[in-house]
Amino acid sequence: MKGDNEHRAIRKQRSRWAAGAIFFCLSIVAAGFINLQIFSTELYTLLSSENRLRTITVPAPRGTIYDRSGRAIADNVPGYDVSMLPGPRDSIASELNRLEDRLDLSPERRAALLSRNRERPGEALVVRENANFEQVAFIEARRPRFRRVVVDQRPHRRYPAGPAVAHMMGYVGEISPEELTRPEYAGYESGQSIGKTGLEQQYEHRLAGRNGIRYAEVNALGTIVRDLGVAQAQAPVPGEDLHLGIDLDLQVYADSVFPEEMRGGVVALDPVTGEVLLLYSHPTFDPNAFIGGIPLDLWDSLREHPDQPLLNRVSNASYPPGSTWKLVMSAIGMKMADLTIDTYQSDTCGGGLWYHTRYFRCWLSRGHGRLNLSEAIKHSCNVWFYQAGQRIGLDPLLAGVGELGFGSATGIDLPSERPGLFPDTRQWYDERFGPGAWTEAVVWNLSIGQGENAQTLLAMAQFYAALATGRAPVKPHLVRDETLAQRRVDWTFDLPDAQRRQLVDALARVVNEPGGTAYSSRLARWTLAGKTGTAQNPHGAPHSWFVGFAPAYDPRIVIAAIVEHGHPDGAPSLAVPLASGIVDRHLETLGLPPEATPGVRPMEAAPAPAGG
Amino acid sequence: MTDRLRIPGIGDPVLLALIVFMTGLGIAMIYSAGQVDVQSLATGIWVRQFYWFGVAMVALAVTSRFSLRFLEWLAPWVYGVTVLLLVLVFFVGTGPNGSWLELGPGRLQPAEVAKLGTILMLARAMGGAQGPYERLLEFWKPGVITLIPFVLVLLQPDLGSAMIFGALFLAALFWSGVPLPKIFLLASPGLSLLLGFNWIAWGLGFLVVAACLYVHRLFILEAVGVLLANVFAGALTLRIWDSLADYQRNRLLVFLDPEIDPLGAGWHLIQSKVAIGSGGLIGAGFAAGPQKRLAFLPEQHTDFIFSVVGEEFGFIGVMLFLVLFAFLLWRVLRVASSMDDGFGSLIAFCLFAVLLTHIVVNLGMAVGMMPVTGLPLPLLSYGGSFLLVLYAGFGIVQRVAWEA
Repeated sequence: MKGDNEHRAIRKQRSRWAAGAIFFCLSIVAAGFINLQIFSTELYTLLSSENRLRTITVPAPRGTIYDRSGRAIADNVPGYDVSMLPGPRDSIASELNRLEDRLDLSPERRAALLSRNRERPGEALVVRENANFEQVAFIEARRPRFRRVVVDQRPHRRYPAGPAVAHMMGYVGEISPEELTRPEYAGYESGQSIGKTGLEQQYEHRLAGRNGIRYAEVNALGTIVRDLGVAQAQAPVPGEDLHLGIDLDLQVYADSVFPEEMRGGVVALDPVTGEVLLLYSHPTFDPNAFIGGIPLDLWDSLREHPDQPLLNRVSNASYPPGSTWKLVMSAIGMKMADLTIDTYQSDTCGGGLWYHTRYFRCWLSRGHGRLNLSEAIKHSCNVWFYQAGQRIGLDPLLAGVGELGFGSATGIDLPSERPGLFPDTRQWYDERFGPGAWTEAVVWNLSIGQGENAQTLLAMAQFYAALATGRAPVKPHLVRDETLAQRRVDWTFDLPDAQRRQLVDALARVVNEPGGTAYSSRLARWTLAGKTGTAQNPHGAPHSWFVGFAPAYDPRIVIAAIVEHGHPDGAPSLAVPLASGIVDRHLETLGLPPEATPGVRPMEAAPAPAGG
Repeated sequence: MTDRLRIPGIGDPVLLALIVFMTGLGIAMIYSAGQVDVQSLATGIWVRQFYWFGVAMVALAVTSRFSLRFLEWLAPWVYGVTVLLLVLVFFVGTGPNGSWLELGPGRLQPAEVAKLGTILMLARAMGGAQGPYERLLEFWKPGVITLIPFVLVLLQPDLGSAMIFGALFLAALFWSGVPLPKIFLLASPGLSLLLGFNWIAWGLGFLVVAACLYVHRLFILEAVGVLLANVFAGALTLRIWDSLADYQRNRLLVFLDPEIDPLGAGWHLIQSKVAIGSGGLIGAGFAAGPQKRLAFLPEQHTDFIFSVVGEEFGFIGVMLFLVLFAFLLWRVLRVASSMDDGFGSLIAFCLFAVLLTHIVVNLGMAVGMMPVTGLPLPLLSYGGSFLLVLYAGFGIVQRVAWEA
């Protein structure tokens, strides 16, 4: 039998080892806690948040767009969006099924939602924008059945004047999968609304603001436990407001007076600043219809309508300018071919002119007889301008027109502006028709605004603004935040002022003297100056043009209007009264005092100094 | 031993205060575990734990009244009854694994009671042993004593609790002064079972065992027996593995990589680590842990109670709890080493071993260092049977401290 002492010694030794085991084991465990709670706490805090937090985008209200006197053209009203939180696919599908009837979800919409959920399972799904009160009440009354459904109050776009401002505003719509991949939409999420056309698209990044993020806490089942609201740093930042030069009243007026059955457009600029006062295209559409997703059949009918209501006919369509082009010819002729306001051509107008074997008509078949430039403008005589073109010559004409900025875009702040068409060199003809397959007679056609010549309303208005004021030409601009210097274009209108003034006189005669082509649309209180145009086209009756400005000697508005096929034979030209009515209304709005005796005031008979 | 604080009739008052204090902390944590934002079984369950605490205190008072000699006499009866209960459970067991016995107002887990019975029986069998432990066959008695409950619990199946019996066997040998190499040789088949997954690892283990046998010159038959047991265990590994269902394998493997089954067996581990890790240095505050509140943390009142501690009290709180556990373990160990009586000393040491194993396995599971075995954390996890058994054990330990 061993002694107790030896036994005790062993016991003591084992006891020490056991105490060491306590220390050893708990140290290892402690190392585990150090690793998790000290070294990896950031990772696990993140995982904890991912576990329990679901982010919900809080859309920023888009900036309000104001007209020149502070009336809202586009603003926001609260609307309700129904969206669904991320979760297992079958639970989303089953909640969609239960919502289907109430929210008027088409089978296509439902399929699209499910496929988006497949592509981006982690994102909330906007099921319906702009739900109505009954729909929201239905969901709220049955909350436990719709655990994943969130009803958000979101700002929705509204265009109080609707169709009257459609083409200028454009519309907003859900960003497409294709747009999501573009670099300019980096940071956008699917389901978000973006500006699709017009100003909404042009100024998307200023209007959009920054979306905020709201957190909802969910439990392990994915049920929302509480709404944590919006963190200060992640509150939505409203978009920037835009202030336009547009006069909303004038816009609405134009919409009301534009010939209902016709197509066309009208644009008015402040001739000094280039601010767009009016930009209207017809037929139009209601941009409010796009809010919350445009119904497919409406979208199809808009896109496929033969009248193309979505087309902006002011900046995105070009037309043969017709006789309104004659002022471009006059300016170039004065500059390059020594034409003066008193120049008579060698051939008088007998209703047309032979170019070798081809007869070029004047619009008046009985002929205008003998006239100088001023009268040729007043009566819009083609024969005079055929000869002017001849005198200028093809190459100088092509160069001169280019120097006046035609053939390139005006630079208005709208997307997809269409540049005008005008050949820049004779090679253009060689390429188009083949060398030798065309003659110098093209000059004749070009001279009266036909042929290979197509301009936008905007380009014509821009040119007439320079003609009206003699100031450096500027880019037309909707948003009034650039200085005049920033709006300068890279071409100049360098006609000596006396000659320019003579052309203004001629334009005033067009409207204010009996026999002028726009005499019937003269204004009672102010001198309107301008040029009519009747543009031949292969699609039907000639287009009716009017480009002008008023008051002629202190211009406040320059206007360009077209009514497609608006000048059938024997009928009055529709664009002229339209434009003169708009001008009259604008000058009245400005509160401009009426002129004592509206009419032509040739320079020689300039009024005596005031107060004299 | 005059330097030891010891009160006749109570035992070690510091130990008593410590276990009551830690049980109180446990009830507080169980209360917190029930503070969730969803419907949960755990809500209000702290009250039941409080009742169990009352029952356990009675058990402690009763067992501390039994003299060691009476307990030594009682040991075979207790052991016999617990083995009987373990058998009974196969026929009338309830609960998820069929491992509970309905017992009037509450439920009893015979596996927990069996730990106490086995401790008593082991202490009786080994308490008087003096060595020098020449032959492995000398250990047939403790071997059989632990093997019976081990197999019965393993069949429930409850691998975690079964491991405790293995630990008790080794602890009893260790405290009896058996040379460590012999303990190693006895445990080597278990090691081979683990190493059997990789034949190179198993081969190396086998060489160590052989070297150990050569150095210690066991009787040839025993040496051959040990070697054969190792070969057999190594060969069995893959067969046992193949016979397991997928979910069982995953439960054993997820601690190596929870992502192999993130929504199944890995879920517990991932969520426990997230809860603990997000607690950071100071934690979310009592009852405020979001992972727990939102029901991401499973079994938050039982096996993963310490994840709640980690989430709500952070690293500082965790360290305080670890210090408390270390203090508790040390205090029990001190009773064991201060007792000259082999029977009483071994009981105290076996309880120490049970506590240490439970604490390390449970905390190791919570931090993702060990497989999910379902061992509760002593004094903290909800569970009446285990608390009752622990307190009965502590009662005996107090008696040991008193008689020392």
